[in-house]
Amino acid sequence: MTAETGTLRARLSGVTKVFDAGSRQNAVHALGPVDLELSAGEFVTVVGPSGCGKTTLLETLAGLTSPSSGSVTFEGDAVAGKVPRGIGIVFQEDASLPWLTVWDNIAFGLRRLGTPADDIRARVDYAVSFMGLGAFATAFPAQLSGGMRQRVCIARTLVLEPRLILLDEPFGALDQQTRLLMGDEVLRLWRETRATVLLITHAIDEAVMLADRVAIMSARPGRFIEMVETGWPSSRSSRMVEQEAFGRLTAHVWSRLRGEAMKALGRDGEAAGSHHG
Amino acid sequence: MGRVARVQLAVILGFVAVLELLTRTGAINRLTLIPPSAMAAHLWKMLVGGELDAPMTQTFANVAIAFALSVALGFAGGVAIHGLPRLRRLSDPLLASYYAVPFFVFYPLLIAVFGLNRWPLIAIGVVFGAAAMAIATLNGLDRVPRVLRKVARAHDLGWAEETFLIVLPAAAPHLFTGLKLSLAYSFIGVVAGEFILSGSGLGHAIAYAYDSFDNPTMYALMLFVVALAIALNATLHVWEQRLLARRRRQ
Repeated sequence: MTAETGTLRARLSGVTKVFDAGSRQNAVHALGPVDLELSAGEFVTVVGPSGCGKTTLLETLAGLTSPSSGSVTFEGDAVAGKVPRGIGIVFQEDASLPWLTVWDNIAFGLRRLGTPADDIRARVDYAVSFMGLGAFATAFPAQLSGGMRQRVCIARTLVLEPRLILLDEPFGALDQQTRLLMGDEVLRLWRETRATVLLITHAIDEAVMLADRVAIMSARPGRFIEMVETGWPSSRSSRMVEQEAFGRLTAHVWSRLRGEAMKALGRDGEAAGSHHG
Repeated sequence: MGRVARVQLAVILGFVAVLELLTRTGAINRLTLIPPSAMAAHLWKMLVGGELDAPMTQTFANVAIAFALSVALGFAGGVAIHGLPRLRRLSDPLLASYYAVPFFVFYPLLIAVFGLNRWPLIAIGVVFGAAAMAIATLNGLDRVPRVLRKVARAHDLGWAEETFLIVLPAAAPHLFTGLKLSLAYSFIGVVAGEFILSGSGLGHAIAYAYDSFDNPTMYALMLFVVALAIALNATLHVWEQRLLARRRRQ
């Protein structure tokens, strides 16, 4: 896709995360150890059962939380305690700022960086148009649907021209149809920006449709149990779901994930049985 | 004006009309209550004659000072309690039962501390208003969505930027409620303090008229205080609604 495609963008090596639950309770081992390398320009999705540490993984990679052990690097530099310039994050929850208009929400990060006003105008206008928010530039988030508010958050990340975009279940609150269409938007954004994208999701179809690689996580403490190469062309879209290969891959991911999902529900015995079934 | 507001206004006007009728027909003795129109007429006469200038100036100045101090101290207290969990555990039950304490009994102590001047009354206004602001500040800070704090970190905002660009705007509706309550409580504290304990101000003027059996003056002043409180509250309410309209789903 780009001249630098294939070069290493970010790496997690032997990363674990243990949450101290206070003196009266046992510590919670949430994640790892995990190893992951993200190359420039690739689209990786992470899928796993509820509570397996997907969000912790993303927040550790972003620098929002520190690993208990192991190391995280972004473009060769250690990620420690703060989000490095060049990483953009879109959260699962609605993170639009309700007191700002759509346009001002998108301009928020650029203003904070002291970007010249003309540059802000050009970049925000482009992002507004790119995300199909032209008719709502002066609206407040409360006037928009959940999907549109998530687009505002994506646009706010997009204008900062991140080289690594981290998306934490950004469509989790949306209905299936809107999620597929938002997936198309993300693919369009990925092709346009040539950024590396890591998307966390619990939806297998979404994970398979969007990714170059699907990382499947175990139940807590989350580890990668398989990395599935999809082999999709970069021009892919939600129409992938009509293809036979999509069905096969989705079934494969589910077969690996089912046992882990059972473990996450506390039904370990059935999970063990399902491996042989 | 919305339908609810129209109904509310109609209820108030209807109540005033009934009072007018009952007092004019003698169903209510004029020694007990004078007609609302007579209250308004007497109030107008007092305002035009400058009779209220001195008490009004004193009360408004006291309320303004008490309100400003309430907001400043209440906000600072709310921020401190929010940031210090131990202080919070200690202060939560106190704040929950705060308004059960009859603070007027401390007036002699306040006179001993501040002297025989306006400050004991202002202190009572502050004691009433500051807690409302502190509670509202706590509510506001508690309800800043965690994801917005993550947004602040994702944009590498420093403490001051996070406070002014994220936390305060996110908490603004609650802080505004605090301002509204703080103003109301400061007003109540000062006027009630004047009524019971002071030798001047609007509260004292009402008490003096009451003691002198001067019904027209007493009711005119009561009408003035009530109208003033309603006007202040309505102004803040309209302002608050405009602020909230942006954030409300339509």
